[in-house]
Amino acid sequence: MIETKGLRKSYPSGKHGRTVVDAVRGIDLDVRAGEIFGFLGPNGAGKTTTLRMLATLIRPDGGAALVAGADLLTDPAGVRRRIGYVAQGGGTADAVTGREELVMQARMYGSRKAEALRQAADAVAAFELAEFADRHCSTYSGGQRRRVDIALGVIHSPKVLFLDEPTVGLDPASRGQVWAEIERLRTGGMTVVVTTHYLDEADALCDRVAIVDHGQVVVEGTPEALKREISGDVVLLGLAAGEAGPAADALRGQRSLHRLEPGEDGLRLYLDDGAAAVPQLLSVLNGAGIVPGTVQLQRPSLDDVFLARTGRSIEQS
Amino acid sequence: MKLARDTWLVFQRQVLLMWRTPIWIVVGITQPVFYLLLFAPLLKQVLKPMGASTYAEAYQIYVPGLLAVLCIFGGLYTGFSLLGELKAGIIERSRVTPVSRLALLLGRALRETLGLLVQAVIITLVALPFGLRVEPLSLLLAYVLLALLALMTSAVSYGIALALPNDAAMAPVVNTVAQPIGLLSGVLLPLALAPVWLQKVAEWNPFYWAVEGMRALFSGRPGDSVVWQGLLIVAVLTAAAVSYSARLFSARIR
Repeated sequence: MIETKGLRKSYPSGKHGRTVVDAVRGIDLDVRAGEIFGFLGPNGAGKTTTLRMLATLIRPDGGAALVAGADLLTDPAGVRRRIGYVAQGGGTADAVTGREELVMQARMYGSRKAEALRQAADAVAAFELAEFADRHCSTYSGGQRRRVDIALGVIHSPKVLFLDEPTVGLDPASRGQVWAEIERLRTGGMTVVVTTHYLDEADALCDRVAIVDHGQVVVEGTPEALKREISGDVVLLGLAAGEAGPAADALRGQRSLHRLEPGEDGLRLYLDDGAAAVPQLLSVLNGAGIVPGTVQLQRPSLDDVFLARTGRSIEQS
Repeated sequence: MKLARDTWLVFQRQVLLMWRTPIWIVVGITQPVFYLLLFAPLLKQVLKPMGASTYAEAYQIYVPGLLAVLCIFGGLYTGFSLLGELKAGIIERSRVTPVSRLALLLGRALRETLGLLVQAVIITLVALPFGLRVEPLSLLLAYVLLALLALMTSAVSYGIALALPNDAAMAPVVNTVAQPIGLLSGVLLPLALAPVWLQKVAEWNPFYWAVEGMRALFSGRPGDSVVWQGLLIVAVLTAAAVSYSARLFSARIR
């Protein structure tokens, strides 16, 4: 549904625009029809720039892309007819109602007035907006506004929907609702591309994820497959200040241990079978005179994948 | 055809938004009326050297200038409303749809033009009891000139709003553009009162020709060559401003 080859974009920056920032440095993607595809990465990784290029809002400096069968560079108008795009901040005016915005959006996509009214009514029903659709947008809660934003993005039944950070700033209940709407759209056959810097969102919502850092795709796959690459389990050792170094020295060479990273308050250990390895690790530490304050056993997260690939954590960057 | 339809669509929405913010209408009407009622009485004395011995004659010189300044400044300041729409993401939302880029600009600029023309009509009506007299046909031509002025300055203002790197720069830039344009076109006082060197400078200001054309129309000289010169200059500049800003509407990434 979306194929890109070496998509690039750089911006002038610095005092007089003399230096250049490479926001996106050659992205190759293959998004399949009917999947929810996620760009996961820290802020500034180039996710939004990539999305805006694919949505025809900015012109790539180089590379090529085919979006829903239309060539991004030679037929942006064709791309526009086939896609929907919802910006992070949405895009509704304060002094009009949600329904009026839906009608306006349908008309901007070329519908006649009667048809636009019907499309708006359908959207109000499908997204369950009836309760507030005829109030001014200025009165909406964050969650209500977001649902209207998404309804606006799909008013013309596009093949592909782009969502930029769809749940930023929402409370957990509204977040769940937005996820449910996205899954409903996918069930209806739509291909959905989201950007997110939330690990749980990428994990729970996306069929496949591209982890992005410094304008490049670091790794791509289903969340399960990516996590499987990180062997076994993660054990977090809570250690007192100054104990991390000696503990690392003591543990190095343990057979079950694949990798060891300094964590926030101790060490992160990557192991084959964490539950079985913990007693052995503890006795080794005891032998070195170290008693961890806490021991946690975790399944690896997408952040562990990011950490393994970049040496940094998404949540810290 | 699509351009006309899309422009009408954007225009309608903009009129609706203006209608729902009545404070703008109140401000828009009271301001010019104040100018007329509180400033005009000074004029009779000042305009004596121009040969204005009665109020009616003073208004014939002053009102066309006031109308021009209304459209020039009103248009130049309209970009501020675009800043709000840019921030709210409304422009970006429109730009993802196949709606005409030129229509995004024209629909907005025409809303502004309509608002300014309504104000111009109100000023004209309020000036009538003071003795202002103008031929209907000349008045119609004057409104055409005003509409072009408003369209041009609105387009320029949107262009500034789109081209500037940040919102805070908008006010100083607009003021810096508007002030010399206003002074050098003799909008409030005719440049016939100015020293020769200032008149020579003013002749390079296209708005000077527009204002002179307005005055000729209001003084019952529609055949004066400055009328068609003013119209031509403003029409060319309007076309240039609209095409420049329309390009920014399709390319600009804010």
